[in-house]
Amino acid sequence: MQFFLLLALVILSACAYFIGRNRAFVVASGKIRNLHSLPSFYGCYTALWCGLPALIVFLIWVTLQPGILINLVLSGLPKELQDLPQDRLNLVVNDLKNLVSGHFISNTPDGIVLEAANRYQDMRAIGNAALLVTVLTLVSGGIAYAWCKISPKLRARNCVESVINIFLITSSTIAVFITIGIVLSVLFESIRFFHQVPITKFLFGLQWSPQIAFNSDQVSPSGAFGTAPLFAGTLLISSIAMLVAVPIGLMSALYLSEYASPKFRAIAKPALEILAGIPTVVYGFFAALNAAPLIREIGTLLGLQVASESALAAGLVMGIMIIPFVSSLSDDVINAVPQSMRDGSYALGATKSETIKRVLLPAALPGIVGSILLAVSRAIGETMIVLMAAGLSANLTANPLEAVTTVTVQIVTLLTGDQEFDNSKTLAAFALGLLLFIVTLILNIIALHVVHKYREQYE
Amino acid sequence: MNKIMLPASTPERPKSARRDIKTIVNASLARQHAAERRFRWYGLIAISLGLAFVLLMFGNIIGKGYRAFWQTYIQIPITFDLSIMDTSGSGKRDLQTIDGADYSVLVRSGLRKLFPKAEGKSQLRALYGLVSADSPYELKRKIQQTPNLIGVEKEIWLLASAQVDTLFKGNINRMLDESERSIKNDQIEWVDKLQAAGRIEEKFNIALFINGDSREPEQAGIRGALMGSLLTLLITFLLSFPIGVATAVYLEEFATKGRWTDFIEVNINNLAAVPSIVFGLLGLAVFINFFGLPRSSPLVGGLVLSLMTLPVIIIAGRAALASVPPSIRQAALGMGASKLQMVGHHVLPLAMPGMLTGSIIGMARALGESAPLLMIGMVAFIVDVPKNFFDPATVLPVQIYLWSDLPERAFVERTSAAIMILLAFMILMNGLAIILRKRFERRW
Repeated sequence: MQFFLLLALVILSACAYFIGRNRAFVVASGKIRNLHSLPSFYGCYTALWCGLPALIVFLIWVTLQPGILINLVLSGLPKELQDLPQDRLNLVVNDLKNLVSGHFISNTPDGIVLEAANRYQDMRAIGNAALLVTVLTLVSGGIAYAWCKISPKLRARNCVESVINIFLITSSTIAVFITIGIVLSVLFESIRFFHQVPITKFLFGLQWSPQIAFNSDQVSPSGAFGTAPLFAGTLLISSIAMLVAVPIGLMSALYLSEYASPKFRAIAKPALEILAGIPTVVYGFFAALNAAPLIREIGTLLGLQVASESALAAGLVMGIMIIPFVSSLSDDVINAVPQSMRDGSYALGATKSETIKRVLLPAALPGIVGSILLAVSRAIGETMIVLMAAGLSANLTANPLEAVTTVTVQIVTLLTGDQEFDNSKTLAAFALGLLLFIVTLILNIIALHVVHKYREQYE
Repeated sequence: MNKIMLPASTPERPKSARRDIKTIVNASLARQHAAERRFRWYGLIAISLGLAFVLLMFGNIIGKGYRAFWQTYIQIPITFDLSIMDTSGSGKRDLQTIDGADYSVLVRSGLRKLFPKAEGKSQLRALYGLVSADSPYELKRKIQQTPNLIGVEKEIWLLASAQVDTLFKGNINRMLDESERSIKNDQIEWVDKLQAAGRIEEKFNIALFINGDSREPEQAGIRGALMGSLLTLLITFLLSFPIGVATAVYLEEFATKGRWTDFIEVNINNLAAVPSIVFGLLGLAVFINFFGLPRSSPLVGGLVLSLMTLPVIIIAGRAALASVPPSIRQAALGMGASKLQMVGHHVLPLAMPGMLTGSIIGMARALGESAPLLMIGMVAFIVDVPKNFFDPATVLPVQIYLWSDLPERAFVERTSAAIMILLAFMILMNGLAIILRKRFERRW
């Protein structure tokens, strides 16, 4: 119903376009040069008046309707149901919603809920009819208004352009709203979490075991939310990854930009960048099924104790994933170093490798550091590889052969499963998300700033 | 003078010292060149390591997964005897009887006909385990299609069970003790007999493409995940492309440089580097908890992914707009076009190929993304193929994640096959982007 209404709105607006254009021809008595704007602008003007107000009302209506209806239905329920505690009431509302949408519900519905569902459906039908009438009134009203307004002197182009301008400006602010949305969504839940668990315990606690008792009489650990093991694990895996990615990526970039023939470069560079295009879940599968058993076997051959989900496996595979990041970012940076500096070094008799080591790298160092920082922030935020290959045991260790867990893995495991939003277990995930966001944000800002500054230096 | 003069020998310096410098330089020259060669080799080794990883990944996945495109079937003589399968005992040949009949009896009697020697409870159970649990339903579908099969005896190819499939593909070590492998000695013997009789063979695995997810490896398919991915990406594209293009146009063509636009720029650059899982948290907190949109639905998945794709499209779009030379703009303005007409009629069409290229690459990235979708519940076991934007669904990468957790060897194979399909889609999209760029990109 709502979809068809939307479709009808589009078709009506298209019709309004032609009505407006024809009207413009009529008022100009056939001479376009009498008009202020091109006839198509008068068409757009009419279409906007037809579609825009109706669309806005439609969207507001559709978002608000279910909530209002539920409240109306609830207020019609008998007193003893209304006095239920909040969580029981939510169950009733859930049953109601499932009944209305025709889904299967677990328990047989009692008469009151069934009746309420029927009332909900009746009211929804009335609401939809009212929506239809409102939208159609707005559409015809809009067309009529535009029809009356159209005259040779109407500045239709300016009106249409200002609407488009508003659309452009709104679009550009969405990026800001997304950032605000991220911050607020993790911040609110985190604040609720920090009411239950003190922030110092969260940041500096050495033990992480988020299992908590669901009922107060249950005998179970009360949950320890110390994130030190998580950050140690994240750091361990990220540093293994960087140990793999930085030498390989940097040397590849140097070779490609300084030694390789254009032909070789044209083939090798995109081939290397394939690594960046492979989905992370594929790396995770590779790490869990190939890298981890291989490392375990090698370890047992050497007489070492290797956990089956070792940090080494996840770190190595993550390093492979990051190679193209480091290489393409540092490639840009190296190419930005002016040729005159290389020429100067060659003129003094330095070989290519000496030029690279003594001139190029020192000159490009800030940019390279920036790109490595970006790669680190990427490694810290990576989820799928560690989720599939690194396991869940929160060990506080620096031994790469042991199993560790990371911040991202814990966020996923805390949030998949039960979805009650008032226990500290799920709220902890948001607090971890906040920490992750802050850490990567700082890294990104520093990195972007450094790279930016560096580029300006040679421009 | 075309010959470079060496510095004139200074008379004060003794001859021996000059020779000294020369020998020192000559001696160090070899070292210098060795260092040069070494450095060059390091670079080459690094590059070849990187390329070797690419080959290793692809080789490994393809080597593991290509067999999953074939599936083992067993030919079994089935007698569609109404009296056997009719549980109600009415003996009528109407539709209701056909629907309510017990088709597993047919499968069992067919198997017993092939191997009459099997007896005893455990041996019979092993015998029935040769074919997939889906076989009775398969027979039912056949009867529903052609009801005049009733009363006829016919050789029918039925889907083999996952263990038989794995054995037939040579992935079970026959040397192991019976207790250490998932298939019984009797079953191996039967499979060998079937093979000798030509009653078992591999056919193209159509089930992989037309079935939804299943707990039984031989029935599990990716159609549900593909549909989920399609619906999710549709939402992503419809939201992120218009908004991304509008933002790029505003920032590049209209905005006056200032604090506000700088702030927006910093935001966009940051969003491009925010970990994807944080977007999942946003989706969970805002779209599901605050707005109450249905969990696990392609709608929410598409919303979350569009937030992630937006920065990619904006950055690519701005680069494309910036590459249009200013002369085009000046010419349009000179002819009396308004600024919006100039952008709409001239700049945007010229920048469109670049924008589309960036968007396709962004969409390919969204196609491979799984972490944020785990947060919004697209990770459930869903058998049905989603039909609209509100149905619970999963996407291809998450399906891969789910299957990779399952221990059966047959699922490992299917996971690799699903990865191959995912990679094929990504290569297709990236190839499209490259073709678009090659064909339409203009150098000014």
